[in-house]
Amino acid sequence: MKKITVLDLLQLDLRDRDSLNLKCIAGRSGLVRELKVPEINRPGLELSGFYDNFAFQRIQIFGRGEMAYLEKLAKEGKIETLEKLFSCEIPCCVFTHSQTPTDEFLGIAEQTGCAVLQTDLPSSEFTTRILRVLSNIFAPKQSIHGVFVEVFGVGVVIMGDSGVGKSETALALIERNHRLVADDLVEIRRVSGNILIGTGTGVSSHHMEIRGLGIINITHLFGVGAIRDKKQIQMAVRLEDWDPDKNYDRIGAEENFMEILGVQVPYIVVPVKPGRNIPVIIETAAMNERLKKMGYYSAKEFSKNVMRWLETESAKAIFLSET
Amino acid sequence: MVERIVNIKNRAGIHARPAALLVQTANRFSSNIFLEKDGEQINGKSIMGILTLAATYNSPIKIIADGTDEQQALATICRLFETKFEEE
Repeated sequence: MKKITVLDLLQLDLRDRDSLNLKCIAGRSGLVRELKVPEINRPGLELSGFYDNFAFQRIQIFGRGEMAYLEKLAKEGKIETLEKLFSCEIPCCVFTHSQTPTDEFLGIAEQTGCAVLQTDLPSSEFTTRILRVLSNIFAPKQSIHGVFVEVFGVGVVIMGDSGVGKSETALALIERNHRLVADDLVEIRRVSGNILIGTGTGVSSHHMEIRGLGIINITHLFGVGAIRDKKQIQMAVRLEDWDPDKNYDRIGAEENFMEILGVQVPYIVVPVKPGRNIPVIIETAAMNERLKKMGYYSAKEFSKNVMRWLETESAKAIFLSET
Repeated sequence: MVERIVNIKNRAGIHARPAALLVQTANRFSSNIFLEKDGEQINGKSIMGILTLAATYNSPIKIIADGTDEQQALATICRLFETKFEEE
């Protein structure tokens, strides 16, 4: 996995409820330090001199309590406590509530090359946000070659060999008022256990390559309503050339799954041939998936009805033959 | 054109799974394949058609095959009926 430094954390593009509002107030040389664990620590015990089991590799958060204690230490002139703290290889210190630490503190941070960050958020809010952000960064990742679209609110990743018509299908779906999340390369992260979140990769995500047209910008052509930044992956579709010798699912009573990062995703194989309107098929599959989630499984219900009907017919035949 | 009358030997009749198997088998042949029950004829390559036959246990079905590989198609489909669609 790529190394994540304190600088990377500052440069993350976080918005709204994820925004950390961090700025560096001292120890810039420490911005290259690496974050190794997605956890945080409140260093109250350490400031009071107790260093057993000190989780030094975590981000150290100084709230109002820690700040008050620092001021008390400064008054008493106990600088060695701070020296001890900074002698451990801590990734960075964060002061919440826009608090600025004492000059001694900033001085030692500067000397030891440890970044001191400041945020205007209260400690509790900052803690929940940073944990969320860190768990996203440290989440298991995988990239998939395909197009990721949102169809009727269902996140559908369309895969298939090159030239089978993934992008064209996605384009037709966008034209039918669905949304593009990513084209060509979908970056998938597993968050909170079993949720797969798919995103595009930076600049290329809302562009598409269409044979004969070249690269087009979906946002400019279809508007912001046609795109999304991220979406949960709820279904996988594989497009493949129609193989007359292969048996495709005719009933759909069996559910197939594809495993992505250990999570089972409903999976269908759609054969492509002229005359088959793939976007409409994918739209229908997405709606059918929603129906299944709501507890109605078309194929199984149908199969059940046929069975019931056959049973009554059979009983009728026996009755007629006996009388 | 060749035809043969077979009886349905599996207790459950032709429900979704046997119907799918029947259609899959029928589609392997280029001949036209029809099933007939109580004077009603349906296309043997259409799953919905087969299901609407209400082909229950012991009911007689006439299988009709018409085309270049009709003999082989008829034999293969009759075998499906005899083997109870790999059920039971």
